[in-house]
Amino acid sequence: MNILSLFILIPLLTIIAILFTGNMKQTRVVSAIGMGIQLLMSALLIYLYLTERNAGNTAAMLFYYDAVWFPTLNIHYTIGVDGISVAMIGLTSIVVFAGIFASWMVDYLYREFFISLILLASGVFGFFISLDLFTMFLFYELAVIPMYLLIGLWGSGPKEYSAMKLTLMLMAGSALLFVAILGIYFYSAPSGSQLTFNLLEIAKNKIPIEMQRFLFPFTFIGFGVLGALFPFHTWSPDGHASAPTAVSMLHAGVLMKLGGYGVFRVAIYLMPEAAHEQAWIFLIMTGVSVVYGAFGAVVQKDLKYINAYSSVSHCGLVLFAILMMNQTAMNGAVIQMISHGLMTALFFALIGMIYGRTHTRLINEMGGLMKVLPFLGVVYVIAGLASLGLPGLSGFVAEMTIFVGSFQHTDTFHRVLTIVACSSIVITAVYILRVVGTLLFGPIKNDHFLHLKDAMWFERLSTLTLLIAIAAIGMAPLWLSNMINFSLGPIVEKINGVATVAGLF
Amino acid sequence: MVDYTYTLLIPLIPFVFFILIGLSGHKMKPIVSGLIGTAGLGIAAILSYITAIRYFWTDHLAESGYKSIKAFEITWLHLTDKLTINIGALIDPISVMMLIVITTVSLMVHIYSLGYMKGERGYHRFFAFLSLFSFSMLGLVLATNIFQMYIFWELVGVSSFLLIGFYYEKPSAVAASKKAFIVTRFADLGFLIGILILSFNTGTFDFQLLTSPTGPAITMPGGAAFMGMSVLTWSMIFIFMGGAGKSAMFPLHIWLPDAMEGPTPVSALIHAATMVVAGVYLVARLFPVYALGAPDALTVVAWVGGISSLFAAIIACTQTDIKRVLAYSTMSQIGYMMLALGVSGYGGENGLGFMASNFHLFTHAMFKALLFLGAGAIIHAVHSNDMKDMGGLRKYLPITHATFLIACITIAGIPPLAGFWSKDEIMVAAWHHNKILFSIEYLVAGLTAFYMFRLYFSIFWGKATHYHHTPHEAPYVMTIPLMVLAFGAVFAGFLPFHALVTSDGMPFESHLDYSIAIPSVLIALLGIGLATAMYRKSNGLPDKLAGIWGISYKWAYHKFYMDEVYLFVTKKIIFGYISVPVAWFDRHIVDGFMNLIARTVQNTSNLIKNFQSGRLQQYGYVFVTGALALVLIFVYLWN
Amino acid sequence: MTGSIPLQYFLVISTLMFFTGIYGFLTRKNLITMLMSIELILNAVNINFVAFNRYLYPQNLQGHFFTLIIIAIAAAEAAVAIAIIINIYRNFRSIDVDNVDEMKF
Repeated sequence: MNILSLFILIPLLTIIAILFTGNMKQTRVVSAIGMGIQLLMSALLIYLYLTERNAGNTAAMLFYYDAVWFPTLNIHYTIGVDGISVAMIGLTSIVVFAGIFASWMVDYLYREFFISLILLASGVFGFFISLDLFTMFLFYELAVIPMYLLIGLWGSGPKEYSAMKLTLMLMAGSALLFVAILGIYFYSAPSGSQLTFNLLEIAKNKIPIEMQRFLFPFTFIGFGVLGALFPFHTWSPDGHASAPTAVSMLHAGVLMKLGGYGVFRVAIYLMPEAAHEQAWIFLIMTGVSVVYGAFGAVVQKDLKYINAYSSVSHCGLVLFAILMMNQTAMNGAVIQMISHGLMTALFFALIGMIYGRTHTRLINEMGGLMKVLPFLGVVYVIAGLASLGLPGLSGFVAEMTIFVGSFQHTDTFHRVLTIVACSSIVITAVYILRVVGTLLFGPIKNDHFLHLKDAMWFERLSTLTLLIAIAAIGMAPLWLSNMINFSLGPIVEKINGVATVAGLF
Repeated sequence: MVDYTYTLLIPLIPFVFFILIGLSGHKMKPIVSGLIGTAGLGIAAILSYITAIRYFWTDHLAESGYKSIKAFEITWLHLTDKLTINIGALIDPISVMMLIVITTVSLMVHIYSLGYMKGERGYHRFFAFLSLFSFSMLGLVLATNIFQMYIFWELVGVSSFLLIGFYYEKPSAVAASKKAFIVTRFADLGFLIGILILSFNTGTFDFQLLTSPTGPAITMPGGAAFMGMSVLTWSMIFIFMGGAGKSAMFPLHIWLPDAMEGPTPVSALIHAATMVVAGVYLVARLFPVYALGAPDALTVVAWVGGISSLFAAIIACTQTDIKRVLAYSTMSQIGYMMLALGVSGYGGENGLGFMASNFHLFTHAMFKALLFLGAGAIIHAVHSNDMKDMGGLRKYLPITHATFLIACITIAGIPPLAGFWSKDEIMVAAWHHNKILFSIEYLVAGLTAFYMFRLYFSIFWGKATHYHHTPHEAPYVMTIPLMVLAFGAVFAGFLPFHALVTSDGMPFESHLDYSIAIPSVLIALLGIGLATAMYRKSNGLPDKLAGIWGISYKWAYHKFYMDEVYLFVTKKIIFGYISVPVAWFDRHIVDGFMNLIARTVQNTSNLIKNFQSGRLQQYGYVFVTGALALVLIFVYLWN
Repeated sequence: MTGSIPLQYFLVISTLMFFTGIYGFLTRKNLITMLMSIELILNAVNINFVAFNRYLYPQNLQGHFFTLIIIAIAAAEAAVAIAIIINIYRNFRSIDVDNVDEMKF
């Protein structure tokens, strides 16, 4: 059996196993085992992938498998991975694993909760391994829809409103996307031959430029909504604020990455000519996202809002770098997706844990928590430092790769925009230090906080998993960067090789 | 080629000890963690001294001039075909000198802190952070390429942040650490932009390539790119901005006085001797590029240094917090170093300023660390930072008094102590280059002598203050470092720097120029005399003088209102005029638009929902009317 | 037989019955009365079927059969309807049609 199919099967088997569990303890143990196996599997996958590559296999996609499941429209179950998807799978399994432990104490409808959570995860895994546009879209929807239930049922605050807003906006994005996918399908092959949804096949055929011009914005914005592209990002603060901890982690950590990955895999890869032509519009939009999100985060009072806006800024940087369309910047974008996924998941986990103790998320109601919660405090500071790009942690690697890469662009407009985006590192420092200073340092504001207990074992496990991943990438980024670079090479060549139409600038 | 691979251990040992103390320090006895950290630094110091002796003397490198040696290098991150971030160790005169400075001062501070921090909560945390800082700073000076330097540059920034905010329960310390980090981060943005521009145009990060007179940077075609200056000049100015931020040069200096909120040993190590001279080191590291490729940028360096040294010296005369006086003094002395670099040329005798700058960096590290540690001993004894609470301490603290006096004489520039020699070289270099800057430096020399002796007399002489409990001398673990550093402050001036640390590695002859040295000593003596008259015995003279200067005194006392200007820019403009409107815009316009769409859909559905009344007969009416209408249409219209 | 009663007579009576039924259905509030109105409509249709069958295709019997089926169905339908009405009465304590508008919106 193909190892990749296991990534969908294991979550499904876990779900079935959860159905047979009798109480909360069994449920969470089963989930933890299932996702633990998943984590090991992804480690194995990375190992197998690297061995295969070292053995000299230069195929674009490894572990390729293809089966038709709807012949009428030529829809296949096509799977395969390259360095980029392998990296994303690794990210997903780490975040899901940590997410299970972060929701260890969920007791309301616990079975349904873990089922929805794992279902969501299986959708994400499916998305990253699919090479067939339709199947990809299917998994995409599978990942988005449980979100409604997860926020609506287990959320806090105005949860129905947030869940509805999030789902509707993402659905609107999917609608655009679906139009684009159908459009691509009808131009996927030279007239007369069999139409296909297969990404690799479509890439061989050039979609007419007139169609690209029309389809590219649809694809970009469709995925961009999920990637929190300004001005379609407002689901993110509300959604995150209402979502339960694990859902925020998964959503910001993994689901938002589907946007970036999709833009890269579908929009840019299949329609490079239009991408070159229209990049400047979207570069401005994403550049605005980067700076705007950071400024927005400076004045927020709710921890989750701060993090949501910072996600807008960081994810904006992902799309920004992808649009630069050179190898280094794109490499940086992928690393940034992983880095941000780990970082923001860690943040949301910590926020959930702090909220569970203090019952407030407003930073001005808290203070001096470092003294009573030393473990959580230290981890929070490290996460903050990672977020503001401290060398030795993953954020720095990603940001520097992006900035250096973007600055290699020969066009002055792109370089000026890069400098504008660079300025976000200062603003990031402002809001991160503001939170750290108010929340963790200073005198304790509320006597009730004096009796708080520091992290339990499962909370430590959850945060340390993420923290180790962040530090590992930050200290030894070369293997990750090389793995991604290897797969990026041919893709970037393809994107730029056919650039017959010059951009506006 | 001589093998220096072992220099890798110099930064690595503190790093290992940082991890060790950081992860398991809370399980050790406090003193154990302190001793471990100190031992680590001790090993690093021994290795540094071995390196220095080998490099300068025993390996016979001097004959053909001191070359830079790449002891070790690995690829850390691969960026583009040409650009890779490497991590390694570069051995050349200035990096070896910095190794000595950092490990010596750091070791002394470690030993001192064993006593100073006794009984503090977070003893192990303190030593973990000190190790982290030592690691970052050593990595910074050994950097083989500009990006490695940037990496460690950020790391020292964070260590500084953590140590300033060591007393994290004190709001003022938290605010100070935040301020230090953000101001230097802003400067680092300039550094980063400079690196980006430079690497884009030269295709390399490597120092050896960049500083090679035939390398891609210096031979880069000139020509005005933007506002009359070449691309290289711009990139070097941006890089200098990073250096100015770290080195607290005007106008990015505002974080340094506040950084004194940290424990005093930290101020001695980070904010006097090592981290704040990183900016000087950066310019020195890229000096050939400045001197040969971008002389305009070098002029900027000189003027920023000159203005900062004057500006800080004036403020230092009016402050009463002893650590703040020392902080402004540091800023002023670093201004000297920057100025010396700025007025220097490249190669041989022309490189006098370069040599003088590094020389001064070296001697300054000794006497300024001594001053801070002495201040720490004083604060330890009287539990106050304010010199108004002090006076007549010379009887209670004899060792501190003696070492402090030595440091004051050194910084004032009285021969034959170390400060005189290095300052004199700077004066000579300035005289040959720019007379205005030279006269500024003369003025600053007098001011320095004045404010240092004002400090000295106010603490150790002056009125006999009544103390709650009698101040007592610090334990030996604290006074021994003072004596070691005092030894350095006396004798460091006799090191033959012009034979060792020169701009192109070639030794040159340097001799005392009496026409410059004698007036500068006289000016210093004048300053000392004035301070003696005013502060030796408590009298009304200082207040009277302050009254005469009036508004100028008030401005200097309030540090020329720089903090207020910054506060205005950050609080009002960035916070009030950008962030708050952005947040409002996001909530009300962008999100409001989304909500508007939702509301429109809802209103429309509200409008048409009444068709679905649930009343059977209403449906019947509609049905019948519709049927009749259809009949009529079919019968009449379709015929 | 032809010429005994002209077709128009049947049509007039059935039309009258049909519209009486429609009128009753739309205006009466009592569910039983409405059911009776529906019966009137059905019977109007039945008369038409039989009459047209007699006048147009006297040798065939489809019209009669149809009528019989409708009568059978109407009987079943009346039973169901009355069962519903009884249930409505149990729930609402009334068989006024205006009270039964729970299914709106």
